[in-house]
Amino acid sequence: MPGPEMNPVPTSIRAPFTGARFISLPASPWLATFPIALITAIPVVVLLGHLLHPDQAIWHHLWQFVLPELLANTAWLVLGVGLGVSLLGVSLAWLTAACDYPGRRFFAWALLLPLALPAYVTAFVWLGLLDFTGPLATWLRETWGIHWLPPIRSRGGVILVMVLALYPYVYLTARAAFQGMGPRLTEAAQSLGVPRWRAFFRVALPMARPGITAGLMLALMETLADFGTVSVFNYNTFTTAIYKAWFSMFSLPAAAQLAAILIFFVFVVAVLENLARSRRSYALSTRSSQMPARIALKSWGAWGAFAWSAAVFGLAFLVPVVQIADWAAGVYQQDFDARYLGFAWRSLLLSGLGALLVAGLALVLAYAQRLRPTPAMQFTARIASLGYALPGTVLAVGIFIPVAWLDNQLIDLFGLERQVLAGTLLIMLLAYCARFLAVGFGPVESGLSRITRSVDEAAQSLGVVGVRRLARIHLPMLRASLLTALALAFVDIMKELPITLMTRPFGWDTLAVRVFEMTSEGEWERAALPAAVIVLVGLLPTYWLIKHTEHAHT
Amino acid sequence: MLTLEHVAQSYGAKPVLKDISFSLRAGQIGCLLGPSGCGKTTALRLIAGFERIKSGAIYLDNEVIARPGACLPAEKRRVGLVFQDYALFPHLTVAANVGFGLGHLAAADRNNRIEEMLDLVGLTHEAGAYPHQLSGGQQQRVALARALAPRPRLLLLDEPFSNLDVELREKLSLEVRDILKHEAITALLVTHDQHEAFAMADVVGVMNEGQIQQWAPPYTLYHEPANRFVADFIGQGVFLPGEVLSDKQVAIELGVLDGRIPGDCASSGGCAVCGKGCKVDVLIRPDDILHDDASPMQAEVERKAFRGAEFLYTLRLPSGHRVLTLVPSHHNHAIGEKIGIRLDIDHVVAFRSAE
Repeated sequence: MPGPEMNPVPTSIRAPFTGARFISLPASPWLATFPIALITAIPVVVLLGHLLHPDQAIWHHLWQFVLPELLANTAWLVLGVGLGVSLLGVSLAWLTAACDYPGRRFFAWALLLPLALPAYVTAFVWLGLLDFTGPLATWLRETWGIHWLPPIRSRGGVILVMVLALYPYVYLTARAAFQGMGPRLTEAAQSLGVPRWRAFFRVALPMARPGITAGLMLALMETLADFGTVSVFNYNTFTTAIYKAWFSMFSLPAAAQLAAILIFFVFVVAVLENLARSRRSYALSTRSSQMPARIALKSWGAWGAFAWSAAVFGLAFLVPVVQIADWAAGVYQQDFDARYLGFAWRSLLLSGLGALLVAGLALVLAYAQRLRPTPAMQFTARIASLGYALPGTVLAVGIFIPVAWLDNQLIDLFGLERQVLAGTLLIMLLAYCARFLAVGFGPVESGLSRITRSVDEAAQSLGVVGVRRLARIHLPMLRASLLTALALAFVDIMKELPITLMTRPFGWDTLAVRVFEMTSEGEWERAALPAAVIVLVGLLPTYWLIKHTEHAHT
Repeated sequence: MLTLEHVAQSYGAKPVLKDISFSLRAGQIGCLLGPSGCGKTTALRLIAGFERIKSGAIYLDNEVIARPGACLPAEKRRVGLVFQDYALFPHLTVAANVGFGLGHLAAADRNNRIEEMLDLVGLTHEAGAYPHQLSGGQQQRVALARALAPRPRLLLLDEPFSNLDVELREKLSLEVRDILKHEAITALLVTHDQHEAFAMADVVGVMNEGQIQQWAPPYTLYHEPANRFVADFIGQGVFLPGEVLSDKQVAIELGVLDGRIPGDCASSGGCAVCGKGCKVDVLIRPDDILHDDASPMQAEVERKAFRGAEFLYTLRLPSGHRVLTLVPSHHNHAIGEKIGIRLDIDHVVAFRSAE
């Protein structure tokens, strides 16, 4: 009986559709996700295309006068920041996760607070503090007659400030890894005769390595992408060179060339991060609900741990925040005027629109992936959320080139007077989407994955499908995830500097742009006012992050 | 009512269902029983409409609902489902969950139906509660009420009691059976637990490797298993080697058994395949062997498991073969002791030995 029918030719037994009651082929959700991936893919492809067809004259100039300095500066920066954030992040994570000392509970969450400060804010505060005319230098000079201060405007200064701003990435992932292990493994090592402090190096550290690496790579990605900090320090890297090539030398091809080289470095880091993340599972698989028996530090060990934590917390968060508050209060009377309402309004509008767009696209992407989890779909989603690795300067150039081309085509085609796309809000928002889609995609995807397939099927068996199912089941269940996506994207866009600077319509100054303009003139006090608003808004998602990472354990 | 005709399904090159056919009458409760990976869940999902059928056909109320290339979507089938994890909507109250599939009714009718359903499952007081505030058993009943509210033509239950503890499982399975019988619902249950199947179902299909091995009432499955797999899977027991003497008699080491020899060894003139003297394996259930101190037949206690009311003894026969027996627990014998046993077999179940 089941002989010849087991391998039917599909067409030969296909019954005719009897009316509309039978499903026809549904429109592929992939069609909805493909354009989203293009927002990220087109800039990359356009820039890499420039690398394949280099302009000889520009290339020669770059190679002779620009690249040696950029490569050396970037290499030192990556090396220094990498070492620094590893040292700070891992040591503090281990102290707060595995040891006990005065203030441990406070430092455990407080050491995450620097996440709320954009690196360029920390940078200008420290520059202002240690400047010859700054408050610290003046006080030392006038009170103690000390004329020497560590030279902050140096390679070491940039690295130090970046380390202070970026160590929380490593701290966060390393701490999660240490906590995820639970006490069992170090106990096992102890029972085999390995003392506890050696067990850290022989068991805990190797096991936490994938987590630490993932955090380190995120920090390095931020380092390579950073534009604000290095411009405050006048430290030339690829991002500042791209900006200068475009806005000072008006050479878009040179900017594109530099951006293409930077993409190369960034992708190496992104690939390493992906590898580390995929291996991180073993560190988390042994998650135990048991509280680890902490190593109680005594006398100078305890005070050493306290001093170390307090110093990092003070330098990375407390001092900058207090200084900003002080400066902002000082200039508030004279500086706060109607223009500020404009800066704040534009920041709010851009961040709000951008966050809505990011959350909306993230929902489309995650939902399509749920409906049709094919390999093509996974790949598309991956491409779309790869933008978090792309520096803002690179994206700005990569989006401007195709948009300018499109504008020219439109001008030729319809005889338009001028460009209609370049320099519009739309292009700016698209660039934000490319950069921050991953920020929104993460929470939405994990929120959707918590809705089991049987919930979908339950609704379907009760006759509720399609848009009605989305509205009655998925959106209500996703509310928290969507809010998270909105909040995270909102704050990231608010802090964002290079995309805003390079793609904004004429006159569209935001709070971040104001900070940039004031700092490039050395007006630290006046930069503090817009910075204070950015920091206050940034504290919200940091609070959320702390709540979500900490309440599971303490 | 529900009919499956030569239904087959495969994922890639791997066949999951091979030629499944059965039917349920209106009001009947059926069950697909089998180990995990036997294809029972796939069969359920095909009937529900969550998967597209590759070959064969499924009929509901004499109307084809699935055949290759033409498949009525799940939301139009009017087939209710109770999921293994209940799949209650966490953001809706119990009443809203139950009323979820009643969007086509006017508000008053809808509320009446919700009340009626909550009354049926005894959860009237929990109407305003959210799913996470309920116990597992209560969630189970909400899931049942939600599935029954739109008056489905057929109710499917996917391992409905597997998330509950054993005591509640028995109580609830009888309760659910009463509700289904009271409402005259045609239902199909899928489970790997034979106690659940026996407690709920009128008729059970034992499945293995994508095929229905036997489709019969529980009593028949236990006492007249159609093949070795069913004999092994249902209940406990061991096989002892035997020899066919005639179509009415088979000899094993414990004596000569009288009764019809089922299967391919039975025909009017002795064994149909090899004639008289064919080698068979005879199924011996624990309840086929009685403890009798007066019996001359002796066996050595090799292992024992205390079950409260009774002991399950593993006995070693002089030949070295082992049999199981259930003995009231006041007969406490030590391991190594020899005890008297006697055969008490109603149905002889024998299969041809593997050569």
